[in-house]
Amino acid sequence: MNSDKILKYVLFFASFLILLISGGMLYSLIQGSMLSMHHFGWKFLISSEWNPTKGQEHYGALLFIAGTLFTSILALIIALPMAFSTSLFIGEYFRNTRMASIVSTLVDLLAGIPSIIYGLWGFYILRPFIVSIGLSAQGYGIFTAGLILAIMIIPYATSLSNTSIMMVPNELKEAAYSLGATRLEVIWNVILPNARSGIAASYILAFGRALGETLAVTMLIGNANIIPTGLFSTGNTMASVIANQFGEASGLQLSSLIEIGLLLFVITTLINAAGKFIIKKMA
Amino acid sequence: MGIVNKHTKINRADIYPDHFGRRKFKNNLFLGTVIFFSLITISFVFLIIGTLVVKGYHQINWAFFTQTPPDTFTAMMAKSSGQLIPGGIINGITGTLYLVAIASLIAIPFGILIGIYLYENSSKRYASFIRDITDVLQGVPSIVVGLIVYLWVVVHITRGYSVLAGSTALAIMMLPLIIRSTEEAMKMIPDTLKEAAIALGTPYYKVVLRVLIPTSFSGIMTGILLAISRIMGETAPLMLTTLGNPAINWNITKPVSAVPLLIWQFYNDPNMVDLIWSSTLFLMGFVLILNLLAKWIAAKRNF
Amino acid sequence: MNENNINTQPAILSIENLSIAYDKDKLAVKNVSATIEKNSITAIMGPSGCGKTTLLRAINRMHELYPNISTTGIIKLSNDNIYEMSTIKLRRKIGMVFQRPNPFPTLSIYDNVVAGYKMNDIHLKRLERDEIVETSLRDVTLWDEVKDSLHKKGTFLSGGQQQRLCIARALAFKPDVILLDEPTSALDPVATAKIEDLLVDLKKQYTIVLVTHNMSQAARISDNSMFMYMGELIEYEDTKTMFTNPKDKRTEGYLTGKFG
Repeated sequence: MNSDKILKYVLFFASFLILLISGGMLYSLIQGSMLSMHHFGWKFLISSEWNPTKGQEHYGALLFIAGTLFTSILALIIALPMAFSTSLFIGEYFRNTRMASIVSTLVDLLAGIPSIIYGLWGFYILRPFIVSIGLSAQGYGIFTAGLILAIMIIPYATSLSNTSIMMVPNELKEAAYSLGATRLEVIWNVILPNARSGIAASYILAFGRALGETLAVTMLIGNANIIPTGLFSTGNTMASVIANQFGEASGLQLSSLIEIGLLLFVITTLINAAGKFIIKKMA
Repeated sequence: MGIVNKHTKINRADIYPDHFGRRKFKNNLFLGTVIFFSLITISFVFLIIGTLVVKGYHQINWAFFTQTPPDTFTAMMAKSSGQLIPGGIINGITGTLYLVAIASLIAIPFGILIGIYLYENSSKRYASFIRDITDVLQGVPSIVVGLIVYLWVVVHITRGYSVLAGSTALAIMMLPLIIRSTEEAMKMIPDTLKEAAIALGTPYYKVVLRVLIPTSFSGIMTGILLAISRIMGETAPLMLTTLGNPAINWNITKPVSAVPLLIWQFYNDPNMVDLIWSSTLFLMGFVLILNLLAKWIAAKRNF
Repeated sequence: MNENNINTQPAILSIENLSIAYDKDKLAVKNVSATIEKNSITAIMGPSGCGKTTLLRAINRMHELYPNISTTGIIKLSNDNIYEMSTIKLRRKIGMVFQRPNPFPTLSIYDNVVAGYKMNDIHLKRLERDEIVETSLRDVTLWDEVKDSLHKKGTFLSGGQQQRLCIARALAFKPDVILLDEPTSALDPVATAKIEDLLVDLKKQYTIVLVTHNMSQAARISDNSMFMYMGELIEYEDTKTMFTNPKDKRTEGYLTGKFG
């Protein structure tokens, strides 16, 4: 066998690693959840009781699912005007200028800040601020976590949006200008309709990011095992409960945490697949 | 060619009001809103990094880089007498470097090989399946990666929290980034360059080693640096895999500390918080430098 | 400059000492003066980079979309200085058609025709709108081809049909002047011939200014011709005179294919 063939085989077998990791991941998650699945069945998804007391053990994921969705949806809503504006700033109004490249670099930087730093900043700066303006007594809760998550996902929502805004052909914009449209009308009638799938995909991917975010949220949400009742209510998320309880858990509790991990894996994968699907259809 | 003359029925458009004032106002209002929200967005960068600098610079000193953290009592005593907290985060710094080095050792070779495979077989269905799976892997929340590596390495291989487990988790997170950046960098190589080499009868492995990798080197390097900067601050997977260690550790089967782990451990300890701000500033600076280096390499390639 | 045979018709546009510069010193149009006759086709020719497109775009101020542009001199549309009008009003009176057909891909054929009204915040009654769509599409001889598929996307049409749709979109405002920037350069000969016939018909109601790199097209359909070279208007004549007896050596050189 010659060296060319060897290299080709090496490359081919290297690709197995990806299958091994992802397949193994799914297998281990399912296998690890078995105990909990047998014990609680589908009720795991609709029960909001989380009780690790020995003898009365009962685990349900609903409150964590609710907390995860609430914070992520809130984050998306808060991020929307900022990401949308920033992508228009970079991709349309100040396109190809120095200003745009500065803003774009800064937004990239936002993506580079580690989650733990957002958490710390949120804990010591944002949380006291929320207390001081009287929104909540302790400053923990859905709103604080959602706000910090929003800042974290802005770069993800921005980058793909401004690429698709920039990809709208110039000739279409000129056609609209030649009909007397103002810039706002060109944005609304030409740029957005033609860039909408890219923009939608970017928000979906940003939402996927928010769902899996762990530490920044853990540090701010209050980690109370209740279904959040309002914007300033505390709560808990799927990622947070794993981070908080995994170290000491065993038996049924461990299996339940793994099942929550499995759920998180499935949900984020579906959301990401939806985003990628839209991007593929665009190309 | 017949033209039906119905023209008289259309009104000239200038009989309609042009709402010039209203439309111009709306236009400017919207521009103002866009600028306003964009400024808010970038203001977070300054707010966050500014906070880190203001709160963190005090403790960055020689001890910070050479000593391990004090216990909370020592820190409290120092604080109450108005002194700097003694000690530093050497265990975290060495731990982070150790974890990242081992993770890179695993992820970089495999990442480049798989990237080359995807580039060379880009049209095959199997390759596009691998590409999709790679995307899925990239989207997996870091806490889930930590959980999995706990089940694989902590439980079965090192029988306890370890450097190996932490590095494996970080490597799994680096892998998709390196694969995609390798593939993208290679796609930029002009076909003619590759064809020229093949036309000369160069063996395939030499084409890879002498043409593909060197020509796309800066692109791959950018990807590697970005991947490292991305995992350097990861905390969640390390919590489940390396736990932390108050001392420096070089044993790959034993727990190790990391800068983000120290931050997590001590963030709500009022005695330690000054040291934590400094650790955060240090971590941010490190991540920032890697990011800028990556951007610089990417920019240089374009000329 | 020679103007002997121009202006047998009343003038609708008059360009007076127009100069346009990109980036301060780079003059794209140098001190051009000319008047354009009503209900005529005026062709602007010249080698690429001569400023013909910039001149055309200056007539409805589309050139202002580029950054750092400075304009001196004036253009009058029936005695109103266009640089003192709002661009909104101006562009309703002076429509434009581009090199490559550019119907809005997200809109139906019907909505493409009335796109200008929608973008200008003009709310029309259904009947009025139908009327405009039908008349405009008939004017560009597209009605019979598309009347059964008005609500399909405009991008499903052939290139020639798309370009006629774009002309209809410009006509929907009933403008005074239509500017066309090499409108047939992306089309096949059959579609080109259709557009040329159409333009000759349209000049009964509109004034047409056409930038073209195709000399035989200018010769076939235009009444008057301008020849531009390096930003200057070298020669402006009625088309017949220009093609049979050009006054300037450079015009002659261009028309005989010595450069271009």
